Amino acid sequence: MRRITINPITRLEGHGKIEIFLDEHGNVANTYFQVPELRGFEQFCVGRPAEDMPVITNRICGVCPEAHHMASVKALDQLFGVEPTPAAKKIRELFYMAFFVTDHITHFYALGGPDFILGPDAPPGARNLLGVVRKVGIEVGKQVIDCRARNHHVIQMLGGRGIHPVAGVPGGWSKVVSAAERAEIETIASQNVEFALFTLKIFDQIVLGNPAYLDLVMSDVYHHRTYSMGTVDEQNRLNFFEGRIRVVDPEGREFLKYEAADYARHIAERVEPWTYLKFPYLKKIGWKGFVDGPQSGVYTATPLSRLNAADRLATPLAQEQFERFYQTMGAKTIAGRHQPVHHRLATHWARLIELLYAAERMQELAGDPEITSPEIRNIPQGIVGTGVGSVEAPRGTLTHHYVSDDRAILTKVNLVVGTTNNHAAISMSIRKAAEKFVHGFNVVEEGLLNRVEMAFRLYDPCFSCATHALPGAMPLIVSVRNHEGKTLKSFRRDG
Amino acid sequence: MSLRPKLSVYWASSCGGCEIAIVNLHEKLLNLDERFELVFCPCLMDTKKAEVEAMPDASVAVTLFNGAIRTEENEEMAHLMRRKSKLLVTYGACSFQGGIPALSNFHSRHDHFRTMYGENASLANPAQVSPRTRTEVPEGALELPAFYERVKTLAQCVKVDYFIPGCPPEPHQVWNVMEGIISGRPLPPLGSVIGAGTSSVCDECERTRATKVVPRFYRTYEVAPGPDKCLLEQGIVCMGIATRDGCGAPCPKVNMPCTGCYGPPEGVRDQGAKMVAALGSILDLGEYKGTTPEELTAKVEALLASIPDQAGTYYKYGAAGSILGGKTQ
Repeated sequence: MRRITINPITRLEGHGKIEIFLDEHGNVANTYFQVPELRGFEQFCVGRPAEDMPVITNRICGVCPEAHHMASVKALDQLFGVEPTPAAKKIRELFYMAFFVTDHITHFYALGGPDFILGPDAPPGARNLLGVVRKVGIEVGKQVIDCRARNHHVIQMLGGRGIHPVAGVPGGWSKVVSAAERAEIETIASQNVEFALFTLKIFDQIVLGNPAYLDLVMSDVYHHRTYSMGTVDEQNRLNFFEGRIRVVDPEGREFLKYEAADYARHIAERVEPWTYLKFPYLKKIGWKGFVDGPQSGVYTATPLSRLNAADRLATPLAQEQFERFYQTMGAKTIAGRHQPVHHRLATHWARLIELLYAAERMQELAGDPEITSPEIRNIPQGIVGTGVGSVEAPRGTLTHHYVSDDRAILTKVNLVVGTTNNHAAISMSIRKAAEKFVHGFNVVEEGLLNRVEMAFRLYDPCFSCATHALPGAMPLIVSVRNHEGKTLKSFRRDG
Repeated sequence: MSLRPKLSVYWASSCGGCEIAIVNLHEKLLNLDERFELVFCPCLMDTKKAEVEAMPDASVAVTLFNGAIRTEENEEMAHLMRRKSKLLVTYGACSFQGGIPALSNFHSRHDHFRTMYGENASLANPAQVSPRTRTEVPEGALELPAFYERVKTLAQCVKVDYFIPGCPPEPHQVWNVMEGIISGRPLPPLGSVIGAGTSSVCDECERTRATKVVPRFYRTYEVAPGPDKCLLEQGIVCMGIATRDGCGAPCPKVNMPCTGCYGPPEGVRDQGAKMVAALGSILDLGEYKGTTPEELTAKVEALLASIPDQAGTYYKYGAAGSILGGKTQ
C-alpha cells in the first residue's frame, strides 16, 4: 500500500500532519489528520488559584487570548457564585466585539480570503495578503493594518494589554471606562461598521459576481450535512458572548438547546491513539466515525454553523445580509426558519456577516451610557467550587470547566476549544478533497494541495489552541511513499 | 542576493503570541521588512528545515527563538538554529525561563496523560486509549513525537547570546531591539537581557509607595484595590518588585497586579527568591517582643497561607529556569 504524507509544517516543525493511504488501485483507502502537539493546560492548571485562570489560559493561544480570557472569567463568576454588575457585562462584551472585528478581518484579508479574492487557481506565490492588496489596491491594505491597529488599541485600553489581557475578574472587570475612552471607542466602532460593509462589497464583487467561484462554493467537494452548533439569546438570535448553546440537525430542526454548564451531558470526546487532539461529538447520537448525516454525532462550530443555528441576527445591517445569504444559497424555509447551508466554503461569507454583526454590536455598546459606570465589580461572598464558562470564539464554541476546593484552588480543569469541535469535520473535508483529487495513483499535485489547504482554511483552524501554528500560514509538503516508507516522489507548494 | 541581514523567527512550544507581537508592530512591519530579510519563520512563510540545514553555518544574522523546549523536536531545532545563527536570542518568556508551559514541571508526564485522556469531564474513553508515539492502523503505522517529562529553557539546551523577556514582549520593545541592531550601535555584552530595562516594574508604575507594612495579603478576587496606592501595600501580591521593567507597567494601570512575565530584574538570579525577600520585608508581624519562636513561626505561616500557590505565583513564567526547578520525581 502506498501512502501520501501531507505535512503542513514539515515533520520537524510539525503541528499538523495528514496521512493519505492508497489502496491497490491507487485510490484513497483512508486518511488520517494528526495533531502532534500537546502542552497540557488541563493538568498543570490543577493546584493553581482559580482567579489566576484568565491570565494563565490566555497563553493557550496568542491569536485568540481574548476568547480564553472571557470563557475563563465567566467560569469564575460561577465558581465564586457572583453575578457581574450590568456595566461589567457590557464592558466585557464591548472588549470582546473589538476582538472579533480584528480577528475576522485578519482571517479574510490575510488567511482565508486570498483563496477567493485571487481564486484557487492563482499562482500559489500570489495567494497571500500582498496578492490581495495588489488585486484590491494598496489603500485597502493600509486600511486592514489600520483596522487591526485601532481595535488592538481598544483591546489594550480595556484589557490592560494588547496581547494576553488581564482585566477580567470574577464578578466584573477591573478597569472603569472613562467618558473620553467611550467616545473614542464609539468612533472606532463606526469605522468598523463602514469597513465591514466595504469588505462585504468586495466579497460581492469578487466572489458572488464570478460564476466560477460561485460554482466552487456550491460544489460537493466541501459539502457535509452535519449538525450545526452556535450560541443564541432567548429569541434564538446569534450571540457571541452569552446565551444558550443550540444545535440544529442537518435539516434545520432544533435538536438541542442547553446551558453551557450542562455541556458534558451533551458533548463527549473521543480519544484516538494516533493524535494528541480529541474528537468531540454529540453524545445523544454517538460516535459513528468520520461520516456526516443525521445518524452521525459529528457537528461543527464555525461562523457558518452559528448562522445555521440562529433564527436571525440582532443588528439591522447584519440581519439584511443574513437574509440575503440564505436566499442566495437557495436555502428553503421549513417550520418558520431557514434550512442550514452545508457548503463549507460559504463559511467565508458567513464570517463577514459575523464581522458586520460584531461591528454593529460594538457600536451599540459603545453608545450605551452605562458603559462608563464606576460599578464594575461585585466582590464574591463565597466559593461555590465549580464553574463552566462558554463564549463563541471566532473558531467555534469555547468551554472552560473548573472545579475547586473550598479555598478556590483548582482540582479539575476541562477545556473544549473552538477548533477542537471541528476536528472530525476538518478530517472529513480533508478526506473528501483527497478522494476528489487522487485517482489511480494519479495525484493531481496542485489541485490536491490547493484544495486540501482550502479545506483547512475555511474552518480557520487555530492550532494555536490545539497545537500552536497560526491559521492559514500552512505551506504544504506532500510525499508519496511506498509501503516501506521510502519516498517515491515529493513535491511542495509554497504558502 | 539581498544585502539585508538575515532574520529568522522560530517557535518551539509556544502560543503564537510572540508572533502576534511582531504583527502588532503594525506599520513598522514594513520598516522591518526593509531592513531585514526574513529567511525562516514557519508562522509566516515556507522555508523548510532541510533548507535551513543547507544554509552556511552562522549565516543568519539574528534568530528570535520563542517557545519552550517541550519535545525532542523542539530541542533539535534549538541546536540547528544555534548552528546557523550569529546571534541566537530567546524571544519571550517561554524560551527565556520556560514560561506558562513550564508550570507543567510541577506535574509528571503520567499525570498529564491520566487527566487529559483518562479522567476529564467530557471524555468517552472506556477503553482508556491514550496517544502513543507509534500506532499500527490497518493501512500502516502512524507516528507522534514524544512528550518530554520536563520543559526546558533554550539556554539549558544551547548557548544563548541575548535574552528578550516578556509574555509576550511588548511590541515597542521588540522594535527597540530591532532598531538597535539596524543602527549599528555596539551591542551590549553577550549574555545580556535586551528589550527591557534593568530595574523593576515598580520604577515604571505610577502608583505611590509609602514603604509601609501590611498585616495580611488578599487574593485578587477578594478586594477591589484603590487606583493610586501601590498594590503590594494594599495587600495584593504584585510581582512588580521582583520583575524587570520595560513593559511600561500596563497591568497595575488597570488595577491588576504584575504577574512577573518579564522575569527577574538585573542582577537577580531567581525571581521567586527575590519576591520572598520582598514579602518578608513588607509583612507586619505585629508586636513580637516576648513571643516564642514557635508563636512567631505560626504567625508567619498564617500570613503566608494567604498566598496559597507560592510556587505558581513566584514562578508563573519561570519554573524551568528557576532554582526551584519543579516537582521532584
